[in-house]
Amino acid sequence: MIHNTTDCPNGDNGRRSFLKKSTAMAALSMAAPVLLKAAEHDEKIAALFEKIPLQIEVNGISHQLSVEPRVTLLDFLREQLGLTGTKKGCDHGQCGACTVHVDGKRINSCLTLAVMNNEKKITTIEGLAKGDQLHPMQESFIRHDGFQCGYCTPGQIMSAIACVREGHANSEEEIREFMSGNICRCGAYPNIVDAIMDVKKGGKAI
Amino acid sequence: MINFEYSRVSSVKAAIDALAKNPGAGFIAGGTNLVDLMKKGVTTPARLIDINNLPLKQVEETAKGLSIGALVINSEVAGNTLVQEKYPLLAMALHAGASAQLRNMATVGGNMMQRTRCGYFYDTAMPCNKRQPGSGCGAIGGYNRMHAIFGTSTQCIAVHPSDMCVALAALDATVQVAGPKAERNILFTDFHRLPGTMPQKDNTLQNGELITGITIPANPYTKNVYYLKVRDRASYAFALVSVAVALELENDTIRSARLAMGGVAHKPWRLSVAEKFLTGKKATTENFKQAAKLSMEGARSFGQNDFKLKMAPAAIVEALTKAANA
Ligand SMILES: Cc1cc2nc3c(=O)[nH]c(=O)nc-3n(C[C@H](O)[C@H](O)[C@H](O)COP(=O)(O)OP(=O)(O)OC[C@H]3O[C@@H](n4cnc5c(N)ncnc54)[C@H](O)[C@@H]3O)c2cc1C
Ligand code: SF4
Ligand code: FES
Ligand code: FES
Repeated sequence: MIHNTTDCPNGDNGRRSFLKKSTAMAALSMAAPVLLKAAEHDEKIAALFEKIPLQIEVNGISHQLSVEPRVTLLDFLREQLGLTGTKKGCDHGQCGACTVHVDGKRINSCLTLAVMNNEKKITTIEGLAKGDQLHPMQESFIRHDGFQCGYCTPGQIMSAIACVREGHANSEEEIREFMSGNICRCGAYPNIVDAIMDVKKGGKAI
Repeated sequence: MINFEYSRVSSVKAAIDALAKNPGAGFIAGGTNLVDLMKKGVTTPARLIDINNLPLKQVEETAKGLSIGALVINSEVAGNTLVQEKYPLLAMALHAGASAQLRNMATVGGNMMQRTRCGYFYDTAMPCNKRQPGSGCGAIGGYNRMHAIFGTSTQCIAVHPSDMCVALAALDATVQVAGPKAERNILFTDFHRLPGTMPQKDNTLQNGELITGITIPANPYTKNVYYLKVRDRASYAFALVSVAVALELENDTIRSARLAMGGVAHKPWRLSVAEKFLTGKKATTENFKQAAKLSMEGARSFGQNDFKLKMAPAAIVEALTKAANA
């Protein structure tokens, strides 16, 4: 399936688009000529930089669109595709909240530009479940209470799946080392390790 | 992030031409350092030339040793069977760096070219001779806990943050470079430089040049090796001090030794004096302590990093001990 994405393809994004619209309206009501001028100016500058055609597959759906070079893969997923499951924690590679799979490998989506991922296949947290059937790693995180606030969880789960697939989940110690790129401010680490060990011991291909 | 132009290239020649044609342009590989620096406004290239499609992604055994393309990602080098069997020190150093996600992005060339993590360098509101020559050095007399104890200058006391490069310096690697005029080889230990009066220059790569790969000469260091990294947490942190050790042992006599340190200088710091001292000696704690002592000659600290004067020799002894017992 090919989407010619202009706006959010994921249907309802009520709160986010409301927020966006309401900020825009607030800006307009604030008055105006100055702001409008500034906006016009920004647009001209933006137009100077060519948008780059991008062909990318996200969770099995192909998209053909063009993006500004400076847009990170993380911002592209969240802002342009409306896939807000992938979180922005630090935006500097220091926390792992933005972890996604690119051609099967886990990476930090905040430090790669969307345009660098031309012709790549991306999997995000939204792409794991099959309909109502959660991915075994998602189920295991729930079973083991592998989170508290949940903010780091999408990144933890994407990283955990890769950790098992890479063959780096053979002991608690190895899991801790190879999951070190995912920080949890709530300190749910022991339960996260248990959740991963459980999936690994289940022995099923994931 | 300030916007910029972007193009993709698919040959070494096209990459070099594109750089020559576009003043203010830069290469982007994994993006893990460059995108970070661009978000902070530390680096503001007018154009990025994406080199990820270049055919520089092979790890190959050659008649002379091992050859690794500049675009091989760090996790692939670390996980390569050839590397693990014949150059295990390199695999160990790579595994000690960054996180699994970052190692899946970071390339060999980009790792060599990564900039210092000095906080003043990252903060555009602060003076920093490396970022803005002549503006002063915030770290001298400031926050300098992570900073250098060897080879510093009055202009800059930053360290090179790479782990991979410490192993490559110890293993006598060579860097292959292609430029507008010619290709050339640079000894790994000559690639990074000391700050001197030009801290803005991290290395000896010339304008317009592209790193195409590295080679490591065949060596006997397949067993008694160790990469020790001392850091603020067990994983996913830059080195306070690191030590790469490779020993060639015959019973308990050291036939040859290779040593380098990270986290202590503007470049990977090769410990040649210790290597010479250890050659032909017994692998004893006594000798290791003497090697560590010799290595510390000329060290100088700046206040917050005084602890490195004790930590570094202790780390050398421990790394040597672990390598000897490996
Ligand atoms: C949170 C965090 C923690 C980290 N921890 C560690 C650590 O513990 N140890 C460690 O060693 N590293 C660590 N790193 C750094 C990481 O290893 C580097 O960012 C990475 O190696 C850079 O490689 P890259 O391919 O992403 O380079 P890029 O960011 O793409 O490029 C970096 C620079 O290299 C230049 N460049 C790239 N390729 C070439 C080439 N072939 N020829 C010429 N120039 C080139 C680019 O123009 C740019 O200036 C960490 C990074 C982060 C963000
Ligand atoms: S140590 Fe070097 S990088 Fe850090 S502030 Fe001083 S000049 Fe800048
Ligand atoms: S948001 Fe990407 S690592 Fe924190
Ligand atoms: S669950 Fe709150 S940050 Fe991990």
